[in-house]
Amino acid sequence: MSTGSAKIVEARDIVMELGHGAGMVRALKGVSLVLEAGELTLMMGPSGSGKTTLLSIVGCILSPTTGSLRIAGTATENLSPEALAGLRRRNIGFVFQSYNLFPTLTAIENVRLALDVQGTRGSRQVMVAKEALEAVGLAHRMTAYPRNMSGGEQQRVAIARAIAGKPALILADEPTAALDAENGQSVMQLLSELAREKSRAILAVTHDHRTLPHANRIVNIEDGLIVGETRQTPASAKSAAPAPACADSKTKTELEA
Amino acid sequence: MVLTLAFRNLFHDRIRLIVTLVGILFSIVLVAVQLGLYLGARKMIIGMIENAPAEIWITSFGAKSFEEAGVLSGRERHAALSTPGVRTVVPLVASFAEWRKPAGGATLSVVVGTDGGDGALRPWNLVAGDVIDIAAPDAVAIDRSYLENLGVTNVGDAAQIESSRVKVVAMTDGIRSFTTAPYVFTTLDRARAILNMPREQSTFLLVSVETGADVGAVRAGLQDRLAGSNVEVLTKAEFRDRSLDHWLFATGAGVALIGGALLGILVGTVIVAQTLYSSTKDHLNEFATLRALGSSSRYIHAVILLQAAISAAIGYALGMAIALVVIKLSEGTALPIVMTPGLAATLFALTVAMCAISAFAAIMKVTRIDPAMVFSR
Repeated sequence: MSTGSAKIVEARDIVMELGHGAGMVRALKGVSLVLEAGELTLMMGPSGSGKTTLLSIVGCILSPTTGSLRIAGTATENLSPEALAGLRRRNIGFVFQSYNLFPTLTAIENVRLALDVQGTRGSRQVMVAKEALEAVGLAHRMTAYPRNMSGGEQQRVAIARAIAGKPALILADEPTAALDAENGQSVMQLLSELAREKSRAILAVTHDHRTLPHANRIVNIEDGLIVGETRQTPASAKSAAPAPACADSKTKTELEA
Repeated sequence: MVLTLAFRNLFHDRIRLIVTLVGILFSIVLVAVQLGLYLGARKMIIGMIENAPAEIWITSFGAKSFEEAGVLSGRERHAALSTPGVRTVVPLVASFAEWRKPAGGATLSVVVGTDGGDGALRPWNLVAGDVIDIAAPDAVAIDRSYLENLGVTNVGDAAQIESSRVKVVAMTDGIRSFTTAPYVFTTLDRARAILNMPREQSTFLLVSVETGADVGAVRAGLQDRLAGSNVEVLTKAEFRDRSLDHWLFATGAGVALIGGALLGILVGTVIVAQTLYSSTKDHLNEFATLRALGSSSRYIHAVILLQAAISAAIGYALGMAIALVVIKLSEGTALPIVMTPGLAATLFALTVAMCAISAFAAIMKVTRIDPAMVFSR
């Protein structure tokens, strides 16, 4: 079911081969995926199914063996590593499983660093970083170092870092894996709210079934192929606007049709 | 933020920072001492040549240095005086002679016989007595740093050079000899008498040219006039270079000093490179995160180079502080270490270059970084 929103990611027939010769593995076998603004998409599947490889390709960190990818309207084929870095800088925010915060920097400095990389400097850098931390509920923890923060707080800093540059796409790799149930729910609630900003798409890889109610869309991947997709109204949207729940499941065959 | 990140990366691991700084510090002190010794030796070797007002030196053929030259017959002086462009030709005697201490014992000295007239080499940096005092009977001037070597304690003390009695009437400061044999200034005639040298003879003829005269042309004129006299006509720079070549390079002393300095640079570079590489390796995941966030290679290289530059600045400041203490302690020794603004600037440039080169391995490591590793933790 399409929402009619802008297409932030358009991946077509993505094939990814890892290794060479007899040791070569086909991690992705022709995956097509479109992510639209305003949606939180969860990607689920067993270990080794190709989730992280697809996330890396959509994040312009890996280049596919074959297939085409457009991020916010820009084709990524034949772009140099520096050009791909530029594309990430301008359009993509990342949230990592282990947060990947800089341990020697405070919360606000971690966010400012991401802005610095994007070229936002001076007082504007500080202002935007503060706004991002306030948006994730960490206005009181700006000068705390990651070692003095809980896992949930660290992940919120990581989310603030991802959203500070106002990217069109946020990619999250197991964002709740290192968190307890309460913090996990809180982080997913936050991602869901961020996705509702119509200019942004969020793709999160997860094993955590507790995260499912927060998603607009759930994509199942197995053995390098997307095998199913479910659309739904996220729980937060239901509570915000009590529209009738809408679930729409498709099989692999339906998707390819 | 680049500077902040570089600072935090460095100061995060204090032990490693200390190792880095010790490496740089060790390198700076070693290079400062070695090059300072080289400059000190150089200053001593060319001191007499530089302080003589002559533009041209007439020496015996094959004279190696100020202390090692043969004898001129004296006829050369008249030929030189008649050369166009020559203003003055002043004889100078310099030769090793035995100084006999008043309390017994002897040491080698270099007797420098000079008259105080126009164009002559006179003792400088006098701290006791006066130049004209040397004209008094038996009078000599010595450097105060050699009092102990010469077995005297003050102006007025007497001693003996070869078989001649001498009396210290003046003292200089800082006129030291590379040969370790102290210079003893006296009059030309007295030097000749001490050294049993005939009245007309000398070791050098110091030639001053007329104002506006071309030194090269005067030198060529002197060479023509003195052709067949078994002498050499050298400009001040030529004689200075020849002396330096002899003492610093023919003897191997200078090569050892420069070699030591190079070793210091090498050791410093290796230590800094190793610690910087290991720091980069420890922060590799952070650099991969930066790369994933879209930072350019240049941004990451700037962090590493700034880490190197901060290490260089701190290491240089600490190293120079220690080097200056060592230099202070070396004052009054046989081979004082010299520090000049030029050497200080050279050392700073060397430190920065050393750290920049050290950063190369770390930059290579980061250049090959795979940002996909951020998903593999």
